[in-house]
Amino acid sequence: MNRFLLPLGAFIVLVIFLWIGLTLNPREVPSPLINKIAPTFRLPQLHDAAKTIGPEDLRGKVWLLNVWASWCVTCRQEHPLLVELGRQKLVPIYGLNYKDNRDDGLALLRNSGDPYTLSAYDREGNVGIDWGVYGVPETFVIDKSGLIRHKFIGALTPELIQNKLIPLVKELNGA
Amino acid sequence: MHSRFLFLVLLLLMPLAYADQAVIKKDDPVLEKRVMDLSAHLRCLVCQNQTIADSNAELAVDLKNQVREKLQQGQSEQEILDYMVKRYGEFVLFSPLVKSTTWLLWFGPLLLLIVGMGVLFVILRQRRKMMRQAPTLNADEHARAASLLSGKEGKGHS
Repeated sequence: MNRFLLPLGAFIVLVIFLWIGLTLNPREVPSPLINKIAPTFRLPQLHDAAKTIGPEDLRGKVWLLNVWASWCVTCRQEHPLLVELGRQKLVPIYGLNYKDNRDDGLALLRNSGDPYTLSAYDREGNVGIDWGVYGVPETFVIDKSGLIRHKFIGALTPELIQNKLIPLVKELNGA
Repeated sequence: MHSRFLFLVLLLLMPLAYADQAVIKKDDPVLEKRVMDLSAHLRCLVCQNQTIADSNAELAVDLKNQVREKLQQGQSEQEILDYMVKRYGEFVLFSPLVKSTTWLLWFGPLLLLIVGMGVLFVILRQRRKMMRQAPTLNADEHARAASLLSGKEGKGHS
């Protein structure tokens, strides 16, 4: 009897490890930029190429940076949620239009609503790389002092917005 | 006729549509070798089990271009790796760093090998001891064993 206990024990340990492994999401790579100063940039605005925007302009505010593109299907799914969140006026949402065609991006905002206070236009995707973006959509929460406090990878969901994003924004605004 | 001509023109223009995508810029083979060598150390986060050297995902191409640009600016390999780690985290390194949290990962297999060898050694030694202590047969038993082996006796046999 005893000789079966050891393999059985090893098997159970293995099953536990594999079980835990199944619940992890390998797509979510924790960002090293959390609690660091947001990487700076100066980009032309999507609506007006003559004007620029950068994180410095937003110091003193809690704001969101949503990385999006018209070619990104998941962004389109997420879009109505952002429009809704924008309507609530809890927090200004800034867009980073990532490796997109200016006209396509503008057309999407015209057709589906524009939740963004402003969108920056990152044609080459260099700012995206600087921010560690590896899959759109991604949403960063930046606090008043310019620190990145949270990064949502992939599309936001109503649950994420209610349970995570809004409480975090309120907390950051209160502090 | 007219539409066929238009079709031909459009067909010829097709490569231009691709020109919009991230293109791999290469001209200098020495630089290209350095880019590929360094890229082989960087994980493609979109297709996680590939390096960006192996991957043609758009992000991988962008990152390769970024690596190339930085090498051209005269940055060292280490500086570029540091830059990537700062943005994408240590996971971007294809072979994990050796540090206390990754000791099990690096040395686990060796540890398993040592434990396995130990277990094997103990089992073999026990078995040898058992062989040595195996009871010796007396004359009667020898005779019976011999007859069993020759098949003359034994109920089980038919």
